[in-house]
Amino acid sequence: MSVRVTVLYFASLRDVAGLASESFDTAAPDLRVLYLELRARHGFALPVERLRVAVDGAFARWEDAPRAGSEIAFIPPVSGG
Amino acid sequence: MARFALSDTPFDVASLRAGLLDARVGAYASFEGWVRDHNDGRAVDGLRYEAYAALAEREGEAILAEAMARFPLLDARCVHRTGELALGELAVWVGATSAHRDAAFAACRFIIDEVKGRVPIWKHERYRDGAADWLHPG
Repeated sequence: MSVRVTVLYFASLRDVAGLASESFDTAAPDLRVLYLELRARHGFALPVERLRVAVDGAFARWEDAPRAGSEIAFIPPVSGG
Repeated sequence: MARFALSDTPFDVASLRAGLLDARVGAYASFEGWVRDHNDGRAVDGLRYEAYAALAEREGEAILAEAMARFPLLDARCVHRTGELALGELAVWVGATSAHRDAAFAACRFIIDEVKGRVPIWKHERYRDGAADWLHPG
């Protein structure tokens, strides 16, 4: 079963993907697999171990399943301050 | 209460400081982070901060709440710039007030360290040699 999600890209992920967000249907069982699929599709250099993941504006767990209609963001290592 | 804010324009530290001062305050400590002209041995011309605003505001508020719980503070605030910044511009400000200096100093240090480590803000540096890159430390 697949669900429709929106993925947001920031910083180097956005530059590599060439877009700030995209919506699509995914059958990925969890957010880790979803990132691995997107990494292969877009050619992201960052491995999943260096990222955090957020859903609908709050940090989430890699083993969470993608929820229909949710907004997912993969968070590269931060560099504010 | 919003103690953490993103600002896409330059902001005034004097009014932020004034907003923290009242008769209970015995100590005010602040930290200011400025855009410098070098990083990691490379000459820097300027930078751009990008934030995931919804999550940055949530995580920033969580850090300020943690600081309030962890130290005997009267209040604390943090403002972080986003957008294009030139050399010599203020990038981030932290202010903390307490009855005594120890808590104010310690809270400032705690807040800036946590903001740098946890808040989804990214720095894109432009170098004098024409190159530019995102900083993804670690």
